[in-house]
Amino acid sequence: MPSFVMLTMNLGIVGVLWFGGSQVTRGSMHVGQIIAFVNYLMTTLFSLIMVSQMVIQLARAEASAKRIQQVLEKQPGVQDCPEARKELSLRGRVAFENVTFCYDGNDCDAVLKRVSFTTEPGQTVALLGTTGAGKSSLVHLIPRFYDVTAGRVTLDGMDVRDLSQDALRRNIGVALQETVLFSGTIRDNIRYGRPDASEEEVIAAAKAAQAHDFILSLPDGYDTVLGQRGVNLSGGQKQRIAIARALLLKPAVLILDDSTSAVDVETESKIQEALERIMKQRTSFVIAQRISTVLKADKILVLDDGQIVAEGTHRELLGSSPIYREIYDSQLGNGVAVL
Amino acid sequence: MSERRTASSERPSKTSPSPVPGSPPVPFLAFRPGGGPMGILRETEKSKDARGTLLRLWSYLQRQRWILMGTGFLVVVTSVADLLGPYLMGLAIDQYINKGNLSGLARLAGLMILTFIVAAAGTWLQSYWMAGVAQRVVRDLRTDLFARLQTLPLRFFDQRAHGDLMSRLTNDVENISNILTSSFSQLLSSILGLVGVVIIMFILNVPLAIVSLVVMPLTYVLTRAIARRTRQGFRETQQTLGALNGIIEETITGQRVVKAFVREDVTIEQFSGVNRCLQRVATRARILAGFMGPLMNMVNNLGLAIVACSGGWLAVQGMATVGEIAAFVNYAGRLGRPLNQIAQLFNSIQSALAGAERVFELMDESPELDAPDARSLEYVRGEVTLDRVNFCYEAGVSVLKNVSLHAEPGQMIALVGPTGAGKTTIANLLTRFYDVDSGAIHIDGQDVRALKKDDLRRKLGLVLQDNFLFADTVMENIRYGRLDATDEQVIAAAKLANADLFIHRLPHGYQTVLTERGSNLSQGQRQLLAIARAVLADPDILILDEATSNVDTRTEKHLQEALLRLMKGRTSFVIAHRLSTIRDADQVLVINGGEIIECGTHANLLEKKGFYHRLYVSQFKGQAQVL
Repeated sequence: MPSFVMLTMNLGIVGVLWFGGSQVTRGSMHVGQIIAFVNYLMTTLFSLIMVSQMVIQLARAEASAKRIQQVLEKQPGVQDCPEARKELSLRGRVAFENVTFCYDGNDCDAVLKRVSFTTEPGQTVALLGTTGAGKSSLVHLIPRFYDVTAGRVTLDGMDVRDLSQDALRRNIGVALQETVLFSGTIRDNIRYGRPDASEEEVIAAAKAAQAHDFILSLPDGYDTVLGQRGVNLSGGQKQRIAIARALLLKPAVLILDDSTSAVDVETESKIQEALERIMKQRTSFVIAQRISTVLKADKILVLDDGQIVAEGTHRELLGSSPIYREIYDSQLGNGVAVL
Repeated sequence: MSERRTASSERPSKTSPSPVPGSPPVPFLAFRPGGGPMGILRETEKSKDARGTLLRLWSYLQRQRWILMGTGFLVVVTSVADLLGPYLMGLAIDQYINKGNLSGLARLAGLMILTFIVAAAGTWLQSYWMAGVAQRVVRDLRTDLFARLQTLPLRFFDQRAHGDLMSRLTNDVENISNILTSSFSQLLSSILGLVGVVIIMFILNVPLAIVSLVVMPLTYVLTRAIARRTRQGFRETQQTLGALNGIIEETITGQRVVKAFVREDVTIEQFSGVNRCLQRVATRARILAGFMGPLMNMVNNLGLAIVACSGGWLAVQGMATVGEIAAFVNYAGRLGRPLNQIAQLFNSIQSALAGAERVFELMDESPELDAPDARSLEYVRGEVTLDRVNFCYEAGVSVLKNVSLHAEPGQMIALVGPTGAGKTTIANLLTRFYDVDSGAIHIDGQDVRALKKDDLRRKLGLVLQDNFLFADTVMENIRYGRLDATDEQVIAAAKLANADLFIHRLPHGYQTVLTERGSNLSQGQRQLLAIARAVLADPDILILDEATSNVDTRTEKHLQEALLRLMKGRTSFVIAHRLSTIRDADQVLVINGGEIIECGTHANLLEKKGFYHRLYVSQFKGQAQVL
């Protein structure tokens, strides 16, 4: 392209020389004027090139601007209603009433279908079920990561959609399956939800999550700086910090979404003991793959394909639910006989 | 690792604006606003061994040497044609216009048109050829680099930030390509242009030539002074941008956590702080950079004025003609440009060389090689022996200490122990992802180090904790286990792995395309696919590294059936947290701190009331009371 623009320009100059030259011979023009002309011609063409480049850049900028616009115009899917309650002191009674949920918003392919259950404050609820049965989706509805498609989720009798998201989430502690830590010190990470927490509270939370000992064994203890996403810790260590982070909130509802999967069995049972003490006054939801985690729950919900197929304590379910029995046998079966 | 990654992701923005598209085509006659100032301002990475790198790059280039020579020839032709323009114009004014010789003018005009067409065609052809050369060189480089990566040992990948490796394959190579496309011909034409202009000037008029050259040092000094400051500004901008990127990346990956802990406002505040800082630094850098253009323009015009005035004076004295002055005005304008361009090219070439150096550094990594006399492995019975194996990943931090074990063909060996005990390391040694420091591993009595790696790995089936799936259909992902398997064999394998059921529930069944890393599947489903892959591969020795840990309990039951079917008749090593998985093992090895501390069957290990017993009780503590 540039070579053709240049060619055009140079041909223009030849033209000026030719016509200018013939006018000079006729005496109607000076040589100096030709030189000026040629220079002006160049200036003009040069500006034209700049303009054409601008046009190209403009087209590029326009495409980018459109993409930015798309994000800016996106309506938040979960919004506070105008009269949302901002002050909350929750006891932790969670109820699902006929909840149906699907990720794309319409009823096809629902992840949860007409799920109903109630938990009392202080109860521990264990969720069991195959992968994709809807366990994670179910707990995600409580802090309103998503809103229900039909039915309602209530906390102490109030529809979660009537509460402000901030207030609601301040009362719910979540430790997720895939642990995300942020760059900063370990202390900052544990204090993430409550930056004003005291040192004692931080240590207490870390102790309960069985993280205190390994944190102290790190060169800088609680001041150890984590890289982005906490890459310099093992999976189990990260999970324990994430649990401490959730515990520090002293939430009315605690959600542990398979958050001990990378922790070894011994440590896991220690975490559970600690949790048992702490969670007396709180409602907790535990999703776990290991049945040993589930044995002490006040209530076990067995999910299958988005529906609750069995509900009760371990003892009840062992007698009444064949699915539960099957899961239980596959985990413990012969082992029990040996003991 | 992440810090290094941010650093490398900054690199492209620093160097990618190629020097060509920014600077407008230069007419043979004009005042030019100083060439592209950005070129000199860019941060330059210095290469350590420019000569050596250049030589190696040349070894790639010389495969194209005929085209390169052709391009060189074209550059010379076009440069000469370019230089002739103003000279011919001066000639036209002095010889024909001033003397009223119109027919002579017509002839000269014809000659000029011809010259210009030659110049244009030459420029076009040379950029066309160079693009071809550059892309071929870059293709060769990429292929070589990627092929080399495939041969490197796992240890290498453990030690390197993956982002950095990616950036070498893409950004650095791209960088080289940009430079090759533009630099070779530009450098040549700039040098020729500069030298040519000076020569013609002296031929035309010696006093005027000297006057014209006076401005050059001024241009140089001014450019240097501003460039130094602006470069500092751009460096700050890049650093701040890197910090901003870090925040963005973290917040996007951790969005759920940000929401769950109600940190939206804090995050926005944090972002705004860095963003404001970026605004400040960037403004300063831009202002300084923007200053460059007008300043260079001024210097150029100053030069023009000097040439015009002194030319006028010389003309009055009869020491110069009008045509000479007209030509000089043009040539003077041309002096600054090549100088600027050479400086700019020098910078780009430097950074491309630094990129090339990183590329070559990677190529120099030593690949994992088979011993020259490595034996091939045909039939495997599956007897596996570890004989006093010691191993560490990092010197001084011993991971396995004196580990010995013996597996009869067809046995199932369970490896049990806390995280970090060294279970996975044993698997890594069996597959020869790593080699033992001392001791030996034998398969059917042969030291694995004496076997061909490809053969060995073909006999080993590996199902990991987190299995890698590729962005392709479910069918192809399973077929990865054995590329020549038929669709029916793939489906049969899926059925054996109990994966068939969920695959049928996917929107397009076996033809469902998985997203990268299989993120549209649950972890359990990914696991089932990996097991199907292993079933299809039909290995003689199986290694299951926590293969069932991410599968929910109910699926696990089906899975275990499948695994039992798969393990039948094969030696298998099973690593698991779950003791229930291990009940059927022929041998249970309890590993702690890199040593085998207990060994036996599940039943007699329980009787022993040792470490294993403790582990067992801690998992099932609740249950004794319940029952």
